[in-house]
Amino acid sequence: MFRQASWDEPVIFKLGGQDRRGCALPGTEEGISKQVGNVLAKLPRAIKRTLPPHLPELSEVEVVRHFTRLAQMNYGVDLGFYPLGSCTMKYDPKINDMLAGAASLSELHPYQDETTVQGTLEILYTLASWLAEITGTHEVCLQPSAGAHGELLGALLMRACHSANGDVENRTELIVPDSAHGTNPASGTMAGFKIIIVPSNQNGCVDLKALKAAVSEHTAGLMLTNPNTLGIFEEDIAEIAETVHEAGGLLYYDGANLNAITGKVRPGDMGFDIVHINIHKTFGTPHGGGGPGAGPIGVCKKLARFLPVPQIAYNQKRRRYYLDYNRPESIGKMRGFYGNVAVLLRAYAYILSLGAEGLEEAAEVSVLNANYLVKRLREIRGFELPYAEGRRRKHECVFSAKPLYKETGVRAMDVAKRLLDYGMHSPTTYFPLIVDEALMVEPTESVEKEELDRFVDVLKRISDEAYSNPDLVKNAPYNVAVTRLDEVKASHPKTMALSWRMHQKRNVIKDAAP
Amino acid sequence: MCQIGIKSIDELYADVPKRFQLKRRPTLPEALSEHDLRTHVEGLLGRNQTWRDMPIFLGAGCWPHFIPATVDNIVQRTEFLTSYTPYQPEISQGMLQAMFEYQSMICELTAMDVANSSMYDWASALGEAVRMSVRINNRTEVVVPKTIHPERYATLRTYVEPLKLQIKTVGYNRDTGLLNPESLKDLVSEKTTAVYVENPSYLGFVETQVNQIAEIAHDRGAMFIVGVDPTSLGVLKPPGEYGADIVVGEGQPLGNHLNYGGPLLGLFACRGEMELIRQMPGRVIGMTTTLKGDKTGFCMALQTREQHIRRERATSNICTNEALCALASAAHLASLGPQGLRELGETIMMKTDYAMRQLAQIRGVKTPLFSAPHFKEFTVNFDKAGRTVRGLHRALLKQHGVHGGKDLSKEFPEMGQTALYCVTEVHSKQDIDRLAHALKSVLRKKRRMNHV
Repeated sequence: MFRQASWDEPVIFKLGGQDRRGCALPGTEEGISKQVGNVLAKLPRAIKRTLPPHLPELSEVEVVRHFTRLAQMNYGVDLGFYPLGSCTMKYDPKINDMLAGAASLSELHPYQDETTVQGTLEILYTLASWLAEITGTHEVCLQPSAGAHGELLGALLMRACHSANGDVENRTELIVPDSAHGTNPASGTMAGFKIIIVPSNQNGCVDLKALKAAVSEHTAGLMLTNPNTLGIFEEDIAEIAETVHEAGGLLYYDGANLNAITGKVRPGDMGFDIVHINIHKTFGTPHGGGGPGAGPIGVCKKLARFLPVPQIAYNQKRRRYYLDYNRPESIGKMRGFYGNVAVLLRAYAYILSLGAEGLEEAAEVSVLNANYLVKRLREIRGFELPYAEGRRRKHECVFSAKPLYKETGVRAMDVAKRLLDYGMHSPTTYFPLIVDEALMVEPTESVEKEELDRFVDVLKRISDEAYSNPDLVKNAPYNVAVTRLDEVKASHPKTMALSWRMHQKRNVIKDAAP
Repeated sequence: MCQIGIKSIDELYADVPKRFQLKRRPTLPEALSEHDLRTHVEGLLGRNQTWRDMPIFLGAGCWPHFIPATVDNIVQRTEFLTSYTPYQPEISQGMLQAMFEYQSMICELTAMDVANSSMYDWASALGEAVRMSVRINNRTEVVVPKTIHPERYATLRTYVEPLKLQIKTVGYNRDTGLLNPESLKDLVSEKTTAVYVENPSYLGFVETQVNQIAEIAHDRGAMFIVGVDPTSLGVLKPPGEYGADIVVGEGQPLGNHLNYGGPLLGLFACRGEMELIRQMPGRVIGMTTTLKGDKTGFCMALQTREQHIRRERATSNICTNEALCALASAAHLASLGPQGLRELGETIMMKTDYAMRQLAQIRGVKTPLFSAPHFKEFTVNFDKAGRTVRGLHRALLKQHGVHGGKDLSKEFPEMGQTALYCVTEVHSKQDIDRLAHALKSVLRKKRRMNHV
């Protein structure tokens, strides 16, 4: 029976004691302190800190125990099945973490002389060329820090392109399917576009008729993920691309689902002009509890001149890699420096350890696993697979717990919580929005058949529980660090405690920990 | 395969139009074994030289610092490392509590009420802060100092371009480096959404007129945004105590390695009014209880601001953030405590002061260019030596194995041949003396050559 650790671990501000320290700093040599005297005296009163910050005072072992206990109350891929749809929670190879931790990378400063960073520049340059090859794009920019950051860049590139054509005032609309990730419309808005939603047809794919009606001389572009969030490949992609391009718009590929098709079909070949890649999904880098990731984007030839600076380039004559700032039409910068290099290095290592054949096999197995689950989960009472009856899914599938809800009152969220009790993470819930009581399952390739069967067995058991004792499921979870949390309380203006300081000022949340 | 009734994997891709199906494998190198991969990557990385191999005096937004082994150890715990965004809070309490503690410690450092659980970096956090300011007061201009980090300026421009927001720069006093308050008064109007300053500034000096700047901004109803290097906040007054409405900054120096400039950690904090909180970008973790009310717990709060709920009306598109870097900073701050943080700030100031004194003694070198107090970084000018920063730094590196600071001659041509040098607690007296000696020697050589 699974039991997650449940330490009554106090908030760190309650730990420690006066004058304790968790580390000793490199000190100031006598030769320095004698010469400079009291440097703090030079600070005018207006800018000098008078009250020390209220930070906890912990010894080294207290720090380590606190965070180790917290770690034990956290579930990761290394602990078990994590079928969180659209998040591609595959196994993160340890060797890649080890390589990224090397001091020869981690202690490298971004403004160092180019002759002293050739190793890293070569890795980044090569990675960009591989990603261009994998996505079928002309040039790749590694700067964006995450998928959504890549989306924003992509939308800004659309702006830049229409701007160069003198058409930016006119091209104000960005089309997004109703099944799209939330980041798509949010990124589009940030880039200044009005979002036009196109509905899905009965197959869960973009409704071509609706798309044709939506495009016009105001269309800046279309953002699309393929396979889409239902895990279904957009068969009409050629017509979709043609429709958007004929209207003068650009086609954007949301790379969240790239893992399904790596090595099988390339976004660039399908007509996409801009492609983002979620390195932390497709290329097996750890998600770190929310980040860091990396969201490089690849673009077609006509958009390359607008990419942010610097691009990593190679000077054939001098046989040297360098940072190319000489791009006069660049949109500027998306962030400081060049990108999440420590994440990108892991992707470089990932691609090298799999090769083209391995990447293709990973895609195939991820699709095979998802389709196996499609087959098995349909056996379970209370669940149905809406949209596109009889069609194969790609890397993920979206079940609906609507029948279960109708018949037992148990909702998708309850099923998700009950899964935790069996030592498994839940699928993504209530997304995409076009499916009621959605459970979006993405097994990835890094899971054995036995684990898939175990997942099916557990869901069967939960279905049985729902029909025999619905309250058991509705009150789940029981076996994890805490029972079901009051999320409304956390967000209500009267009860919210968003920091320790706010909590102490308001003292609304009754703190039950010792 | 037999269970789902297919004979070949290709059947699973039958719905991909034939003409798009790849006929060949992508051109990539052959797969390597783990051993060969390690040899290959370590070989490449071995061509780098880091601040472990030679003294490097670079900062400018990414700074070398001491990181206790405990911090690296904690972020390598794979329960943290291999988890996703905590969408299921009951099984993710560890990361959630750690993020709540991180947010809380950032609030203590900055004297603000609320912090989010990270942005990508300082530059993008600034972009988001100005956008937030516009959402609140719907104005059309922002005022930034001329001494702003050029990369942050460029990022800000990218972020606000779609809003058609005008960025105005306010000049600085050539003697002190400080922002010119009279020009600021002229620039700030009813159109100004926010006034932004950096403290310490990009050029290393401390902006001391903060109370006055806050007043000018607030008098015209503008927001006051302050960018910080958090390692200074053990000795410098926290922005919350001089009127900041939003604080951004770079969390990398708290427990995160340089990594050639990424990942970094964007700090983002603001005052506790609901008007501001509702407009914050990014993920925020809140404290709550179980539904039964028997235990304290943590979960994501105010998700209705975020893209996965609010979609095109979200306050930002950010989803994946820099949570693990925030965890490192939380562990680092917990290890330092208030005394450690103050000691860190004082050590940095002492070593910086010492370095300025040593370099100032060299003929042809002027440092710092500004009379305001400095923290961690300072300007070094070589005009009197008749040398370019570029040439000098190349000689320093080639002949002495010492890496100089950042060349400012293109970014701030009005300062002539000036570089920005950085000294932190990891620079020893010996490193600084070696720099002074090397500079002296390189300059002397040149003088001799000039005579010939």
